[in-house]
Amino acid sequence: MKQVILETAGLTKSFDKGNAVLNKIDFSIHQGEVVVIVGPSGCGKSTFLRCLNLLEEADSGEILLEGKLINQEKKNVHKYREQIGMVFQSYELFPHKNVIDNVCLAPLLVQKRNKDEVKEEALKLLKRVGLLEKAESYPRQLSGGQKQRVAIVRALMMHPKVLLLDEITAALDPEMVREVLQVVLELAKEGMTMVIVTHEMEFARAVADRVIFLDRGEILEEEKPEEFFTCPRTERAKKFLNTFHYE
Amino acid sequence: MRGIMDYSFIVENTPLYLEAALLTIKIAACGIVGSFVVGIVCCLIRELKIPLLSPLVQVYIELSRNTPLLIQLFFLYFGLPKLGIVWSSEACGIIGLIFLGGSYMAEGFRTGIDNVPKIQRESAYSLGLTGTQTFWKIILPQAIATSVPVFCANSIFLLKETSVFSAVALADLMYVTKDLIGLYYKTDEALLMLVIAYLIILLPLSLISTWIERRVRYAGYGNTGTL
Repeated sequence: MKQVILETAGLTKSFDKGNAVLNKIDFSIHQGEVVVIVGPSGCGKSTFLRCLNLLEEADSGEILLEGKLINQEKKNVHKYREQIGMVFQSYELFPHKNVIDNVCLAPLLVQKRNKDEVKEEALKLLKRVGLLEKAESYPRQLSGGQKQRVAIVRALMMHPKVLLLDEITAALDPEMVREVLQVVLELAKEGMTMVIVTHEMEFARAVADRVIFLDRGEILEEEKPEEFFTCPRTERAKKFLNTFHYE
Repeated sequence: MRGIMDYSFIVENTPLYLEAALLTIKIAACGIVGSFVVGIVCCLIRELKIPLLSPLVQVYIELSRNTPLLIQLFFLYFGLPKLGIVWSSEACGIIGLIFLGGSYMAEGFRTGIDNVPKIQRESAYSLGLTGTQTFWKIILPQAIATSVPVFCANSIFLLKETSVFSAVALADLMYVTKDLIGLYYKTDEALLMLVIAYLIILLPLSLISTWIERRVRYAGYGNTGTL
């Protein structure tokens, strides 16, 4: 078995007292694995990702990055976040910086890497996602799909050990969804470790090594995609999957 | 036959107004630049929650925003000399203006910071930036851009406020006007020249502000592009 990259044990989070958004989640992801989390809205998917990236503080439970406990100390939070990439639904590019500066900012500022080397890598990655000619453009000049591809490149530039994708196509027009998901599929093929929250079931089926069905803050199912999508075991999962079917 | 206005009086006294206008501009310029600096510093102190200084800044802002400039000037010009601190009326004008403007600038700037969406901060955090790095590199540039219209409005406001400086014997436009009225009883002419002088100073400033505001909006700051 490959090395465990990210792991949680008994992760619990509630916003209002008593109402747990996440209830004792035990989760782990191995090197090169792609885990897709699906579930009805409000089930805690996004909160779970935000907890993994320490943007949300868990009430109790442990989060381990390569076996090291990361959610107990306040001081080195940024050191851990640096190793966990995240892409948001609303892209969140920095509007005052152009594309190349957006993607080079963190490697230069946080990792203090060599400027020429960083720029070279950035251009290579932008070329890969088909946005080389947009390197000097500002975010406002890009379409949603382009922005999201830049956001993915920005996260990749940090060489994260794991990439968290939080409904990255939910804000996109349908015709732009594919160009973004294509990039993710390629990353999966190359062995990028990813935790993906999505509502694109076909995509989930294609990209996932493992599917987790989350409902009311609990993991109800955890299976290979073929099994989950063809014969889910729980009633709630069946009901959820049925909402994507039209007669 | 005499017209409604005594034009020779106007022509004769134009140099006086010119001189006064230059003084007004000079003081306003110093005051505005000073206010800007004080405003940013105050805002940073509060934003970075620097102990001791932060509550002090809060007191200053409330004090400055809730007292009229005239009273502040009286305090500087007539009050402080009793404690041994003597200012020239020019220094009084500039310091008074900065005292008043600093708080307005600080508040305008804070609004700019509050307007940067929280998730921008999170986006920077998720790349491993520290809180300080995020503030300087991500929040501050966006906040300045979105506060520009407020800064412009405040600058115009401060320039107009200079009209109370005549109260501390500063030979600004208002002072010259009152002086001429007192000497020659040419009230209409003197007031007309006063209004025109302010318009000549303020109109360009106003136009420049509008231009800058449009530029900033075009730049798409304030995140019109997201979501």
